[in-house]
Amino acid sequence: MNRTFLARNPSVLIFLAVLALFTIAVTVMSEGFGMGIISTSFVKTLGKTLTLALIAVAMDLVWGYAGILSLGHFAFFGLGGYMIGMWLMYERTRQIVVDSLASSPIPPTDQEVVDAIGTQIFGVVGSSEFPPVWAFADSLTIQLILVVAVPGLLALIFGWLAFRSRVTGVYLSILTQAMTLALSLYLFQNDSGLRGNNGLSGLQNIPHLDHVPQSVLSVWFFWASALALALGYVFAAWIVSGKFGSVIRGIRDNEARVRFLGYSVEGYKLFLFTVTAMIAGIAGALYYPQAGIVNPAEIAPIASIYLAVWVAIGGRGRLYGAVIGAVFVSLVSTYFTGGQAPDINLGFYTISWVDWWTILLGLSFVGVTLFAPKGIGGLFDLWTGRRTPDRHGADLGPDMGSLREKEAEE
Amino acid sequence: MSALLEVSGVSVTFDGFRAINNLSFEIGPAELRAIIGPNGAGKTTFMDIVTGKTKPDEGRILWGELGRSLLKMNEAQIAREGIGRKFQKPTVFEDQSVQENLLMALKKDRGPFRVLFWKPAGEDLDRVADLAEEIGLAEELTRKSGELSHGQKQWLEIGMLLAQEPRLLLVDEPAAGMTPAEREHTTEILVEAARTRAVVVVEHDMEFIRRLDCRVTVLHEGSVLAEGSLDHVTADQQVIDVYLGR
Repeated sequence: MNRTFLARNPSVLIFLAVLALFTIAVTVMSEGFGMGIISTSFVKTLGKTLTLALIAVAMDLVWGYAGILSLGHFAFFGLGGYMIGMWLMYERTRQIVVDSLASSPIPPTDQEVVDAIGTQIFGVVGSSEFPPVWAFADSLTIQLILVVAVPGLLALIFGWLAFRSRVTGVYLSILTQAMTLALSLYLFQNDSGLRGNNGLSGLQNIPHLDHVPQSVLSVWFFWASALALALGYVFAAWIVSGKFGSVIRGIRDNEARVRFLGYSVEGYKLFLFTVTAMIAGIAGALYYPQAGIVNPAEIAPIASIYLAVWVAIGGRGRLYGAVIGAVFVSLVSTYFTGGQAPDINLGFYTISWVDWWTILLGLSFVGVTLFAPKGIGGLFDLWTGRRTPDRHGADLGPDMGSLREKEAEE
Repeated sequence: MSALLEVSGVSVTFDGFRAINNLSFEIGPAELRAIIGPNGAGKTTFMDIVTGKTKPDEGRILWGELGRSLLKMNEAQIAREGIGRKFQKPTVFEDQSVQENLLMALKKDRGPFRVLFWKPAGEDLDRVADLAEEIGLAEELTRKSGELSHGQKQWLEIGMLLAQEPRLLLVDEPAAGMTPAEREHTTEILVEAARTRAVVVVEHDMEFIRRLDCRVTVLHEGSVLAEGSLDHVTADQQVIDVYLGR
């Protein structure tokens, strides 16, 4: 118990080493810094994948460790993207406006510049006024703070209302779906102040870095994503390693018992829900500049369900499982939906993977749930010799989200 | 001697069924008390009410020297006030080791931030080791508690209860599934604990209660039927009719 954190969690060290190797390999093979084997767009795909792995780690904390099946964490991811997107778009547009007005005979006033930016950004939704939510869009510092503050605050308010009323299980999942749906519908409106269904675009163009080619920028973002994932992973591993981890796993398996020990179950859930929402916000703020665009469709309910599917396929309740699930499924998904997978001609019918991929994903989710609850992460157990206990099918606690026999360690 | 816990005039109704009916109960700060009664007499509901799991329809529950009402508090707050509970079916965290279970129960700050930065000091580990010794699980500290036998889980839960250092222990059928030697040991632990704190034991086993050698409260249909020494209540005609006679 008194050994150092890393000695107790050798998987953290292994994970960091693998991530470092991967980062170096991608850098060496990139167009911007090395041999150019990997295209810039694929570097971006890999960078985005790492941020998805980061939100999967957050999801694993909330679901795999605390048993809260949140189906709304992509709302926080999207909000993080919107917050950074506002600054990127504002500053970039300001640059363009200032440059174009520079040649005019009379130097523009500040108000004229702001008006011109407003027309540029909001013309698409028939407006030119800056809505109040853009009040701080000119400040990178404030928008960076908002990347964690806005998702954190939404999670805090939502979580306080939900957990205080002791909403658990399926009902909580439905409530989180409702939250992300409501947010997405709100953002779809043109007068929401965030450009409706157009969303924020051009985010891949980083202001003041016009001289840096995308091939280099993409690697920078890849590094930032890898660093964020590394920090997030270590943070998550630290959270679950001590007594706090004991308490949240207790809540997952039997929350009533935790209450009778004197722990405020609601407080712990709220803490975890909020912290993971903030992590999701950071992940989103790194994802969308690489994607180039953030719009309300990104936070549709299905996105958060995919997140749960990644964690389930990778292996719930172990952090590397979440990472593996997110990386594996999102890369395979890119392959299938990108039109790269050859169609299968059965003679009477042609299987087009672009259409059939979601069905394949759904089937593998059902398959994993039924036949291999440990997911892909379970493959490591063959190597480490970790075995599941024989409990004659009994779960490890009475609660709905509790660890199942096949997920447990002997 | 002022009472540690004072329950007065408490009633609770589930779907028209009066589980607890105008129940009054008192226990001092260092006292051992056994509660007996037929099935459905309201023994477990009584514990649910005291620990905050069930809110009564009427009545009051006062706690401690200051006579604070427990009715406004939730389960966790009541537990932090110093009321510990052992369930009828052993309820431990099966996915966690014996040591983790005991560390979680140890009387420490329960707030999320404090817990996040908490590290067990040498004395905490010693305390856990001592407790494990006392409950006969010293060899099993690193084992997952889910692998323990039924009796060992009972012990672990008793250990967790002691680790909480509560002022009032509510113990639901502690001897169920134990060997005679283990029952003996349980008796010793409960009697020892009752020297410094209040202990309420719900039990069916008369022989076990006789060994506890304490005041007995007989519950029937949600209220107190008789109270006194075991000999006194077993001689009571009403008690014989509803409980012992069958």
